[in-house]
Amino acid sequence: MTQTVAAPAPSRRPIGDLAFEILATAAGVLVLALLGAIIVSLFIGGLPAFRQFGVGFLTSADWDPVQQVFGAVVPIYGTIITSILALLMAVPVAFGIAFWLTELAPTWLRRPVGTAVELLAAVPSIIYGMWGFFIIVPFMGDYIQPVLIDWLGDLPLIGFLFQGPPFGTGIFTAALILAVMVIPFIAATMRDVFQTVPPVFKESAYGLGCTTWEVMRSIVIPYTSTSVVGGIMLGLGRALGETMAVTFVIGNTNRISTSLFGPGNTIASLVALEFPESPAGSLKLASLLALGFLLFVISFIVLAISRLLLRKGKVA
Amino acid sequence: MSATLSHRGPARDAVVANALSRRRQRVNFLVEALCLLATFVGLAFLALILATLLYLGFSGLSASVFTTITKPPGSHGGLLNAIIGSLIQTALGTAIGTPIGLLVGTYLSEYARGSLLGEAVRFVSDVLLSAPSILIGLFVYTVMVSPFGGFSGWAGAVALAVIVIPIVVRTTEDMLRLIPVALREAAVALGAPKWKSIVFICYRAALDGIATGVLLAIARIAGETAPLLFTSLGNLNWSLSLTQPMSSLPVTIYQYAGSAFDDWVQLAWVGALLITFGVLALNVLARIVLRPRT
Amino acid sequence: MRLSKSLLVAALASAFALPAAAQQITGAGATFPAPVYAKWGEAAKAAIGIELNYQAIGSGGGQNQIFNRTVDFGASDAPVDADKLVANKLLQFPAVMGAVVPIINLPGIGADQVKLTGDLIAQIYLGKVTKWNDPKIVALNAGVTLPNLAIAPVYRADGSGTTFVFTSYLSVANADWKSGIGAGSSVKWAAGNGAKGNDGVAATVRQVKGGIGYVENAYATQNKLTTTQLRNKAGNFVKPTLAAFSEAAASGDWKGAKNYAVDLIDTAGASSWPIVSATFILLPTDPKDPARSANVMKFFDWAYKNGADIAKGLEYIALPTAVQDAVRASWKSDIKG
Repeated sequence: MTQTVAAPAPSRRPIGDLAFEILATAAGVLVLALLGAIIVSLFIGGLPAFRQFGVGFLTSADWDPVQQVFGAVVPIYGTIITSILALLMAVPVAFGIAFWLTELAPTWLRRPVGTAVELLAAVPSIIYGMWGFFIIVPFMGDYIQPVLIDWLGDLPLIGFLFQGPPFGTGIFTAALILAVMVIPFIAATMRDVFQTVPPVFKESAYGLGCTTWEVMRSIVIPYTSTSVVGGIMLGLGRALGETMAVTFVIGNTNRISTSLFGPGNTIASLVALEFPESPAGSLKLASLLALGFLLFVISFIVLAISRLLLRKGKVA
Repeated sequence: MSATLSHRGPARDAVVANALSRRRQRVNFLVEALCLLATFVGLAFLALILATLLYLGFSGLSASVFTTITKPPGSHGGLLNAIIGSLIQTALGTAIGTPIGLLVGTYLSEYARGSLLGEAVRFVSDVLLSAPSILIGLFVYTVMVSPFGGFSGWAGAVALAVIVIPIVVRTTEDMLRLIPVALREAAVALGAPKWKSIVFICYRAALDGIATGVLLAIARIAGETAPLLFTSLGNLNWSLSLTQPMSSLPVTIYQYAGSAFDDWVQLAWVGALLITFGVLALNVLARIVLRPRT
Repeated sequence: MRLSKSLLVAALASAFALPAAAQQITGAGATFPAPVYAKWGEAAKAAIGIELNYQAIGSGGGQNQIFNRTVDFGASDAPVDADKLVANKLLQFPAVMGAVVPIINLPGIGADQVKLTGDLIAQIYLGKVTKWNDPKIVALNAGVTLPNLAIAPVYRADGSGTTFVFTSYLSVANADWKSGIGAGSSVKWAAGNGAKGNDGVAATVRQVKGGIGYVENAYATQNKLTTTQLRNKAGNFVKPTLAAFSEAAASGDWKGAKNYAVDLIDTAGASSWPIVSATFILLPTDPKDPARSANVMKFFDWAYKNGADIAKGLEYIALPTAVQDAVRASWKSDIKG
């Protein structure tokens, strides 16, 4: 599979072959150039902000459009914390689904249930936003948050995570919506890599009298671990860039709040909310474009790590 | 592999062995129950979303939604121009993005194995896959709307095409890699040049998978709001001209959902219902009609 | 696939069709007046054959688009600086006026029962007054039982003209606000939670007991939200009614305002509502297509003459006749035709 079949050493290649290869390569270069152009245009657009604030742009938590002072810490923090929280919630559920679909479910149910879970990925993000705002937010505000604030808010050490008024919106709610959105991605990847485990490995373990869970824990997970992590990182990439759904539910505040129920902001949602009110040539617009550039840098890093892990997984 | 098992070696004492076995069975049962629960949770979310849309959108569904264009509040408008605008831009975006994505996927699978350029293209395509769509919209605005002095249906279609490309790239490459070597060898043995073997043998063999990718891409762009806001803008009137601003369902939903007027809000939910069920139907179709022949 | 193919054919055919009739005009910008522009557009199409496509993309977006000349006119809630108007060769004129009203959520308390002042609202949004039974609030509201409930301030998370108007008012009413936070389409809020759009603010306030927020009047009226009374410059408590808005609009200093950038915040009328603002249209003084610009002027001329009732029906305030005439004179003198 790794080697394509070489042409039978003809003296010259057919003209059609050459043309097709050039066409295909040109398309590849086009995609490369496209992303390059997007990133360069964002960087140039954001340059005034980088110049004005220097490193301070990356270390300042101040976002004050009236005083024209902009710092990226709050949206960067919000982007990372919501994505990580979302993964903490999504990974166990996605794992459960993938495990159930590959090992436990009756064969006739695997396909429909698998499809249904994947359909979660097809719901447009604006629908997630509207649904989150009208259904999940009131539910969180009425039932979940007041209870957790009562129970856990006064505890030492972790109490600060569960304080503040129960708005229903906030970092935790945003992470929950994100989790629902990335579950299908992670579950599908996990299911696919679980299926790559050679049946003979599993059969030997069953032969030794292992339970399903022991086979999963001792055979399947070690065999696929790097690929699983790579799939999780792909989900993380998706969560980092999500815009519309987060915008509806995160509370949109440019302050760092220690409580999980406190409001926050993410890069993508801040850009979406502020862009329409940023006149051309303003420092605010430059700062938003600079934020867009930083988001690309973050997704670059995440994807690079996930690719590295996935490649190792393939080699192993 | 058995060395990695935690309970190894036979237990000498039957009682201990029995207790151990019972404990292992209990753990196993617990994990299986949790997995079933996780699956239920996933399905419950889907059901909840669909139920919400049906509950809030279904009552507003009527023939006039499909026969009347968007109108000011209180004038009994529909969504006709938004639906048609969305169909046109989605179709055009797919038509532009699919061939490019197909070629890139072919390049990655057939020509670029192990090459540095190929690695770079694959990486960049995956970055595009998770790029925030609002940034793609901003980019198209900078290169197409601002210099040429106007919002247009074309700009909207191009922004959507940029989203289509990486999705098609991913599925095309994956599917082409699954084509058995024997099939290619057969083509070569018949004296077919490589491009013919790719186009007439590999594409045909991979058709189901590639078509699934295209349908998934359509599903994705049909619901995109952010890239259209600054490219095709929207249009309150009936217009099929691609050089003019063009209406679309997601942008209309976005604007109506936040308005003060009940009839607009109701239409927003109807639109949300239409998009979601349309997209889901496409996905189900992709999986049923084009299911791999095994 | 066949369906999308035939659609493609249809799309390609329409792409090369003749351009739309010259009577179509495109505008973009402020969200706040979008419903009244849409309604005017519908009526004007029937009356004078001009088809308006107005898209609510935000005031900043509207300014950008007319700077780049991607639309026939831009619309903005906040007036544009005089030097920017000159640099971008634009004429600015008001189209219609509207009001911003505070909304609250207190159990058992109905619309316009609670009395507030701009200074108090500023202190609430600064995080200095945090309980509804704070002595300062109780002192204003004899006869109303205010609960011992935390105040949860809610603000617009998206940059918006509504926020610009509201924070302009707080800057006038409270010196700390003016020096510490200031006025803008988005500001560095000191307390509370953000929500997206008028609907987001309204829904969040409805959701949180003790909540307070601010929305456009049309939004509050249409959705029957619990508004409050406010004390105006003359020292009277007024309810948010169309009469109070109109009085504020009439008592503005239109003659002294450059580029019609009139200040309608906290005007002196005895029963003026204190948070009123005009929304503006930006038109190129050197139109690349004079016929389209002429149609824009024709449209607003028609709207001034015939659109007052439509505006009122949607809770907007029409311009005083004297201002309309001044704008018509500016069209003649400033726009090259």
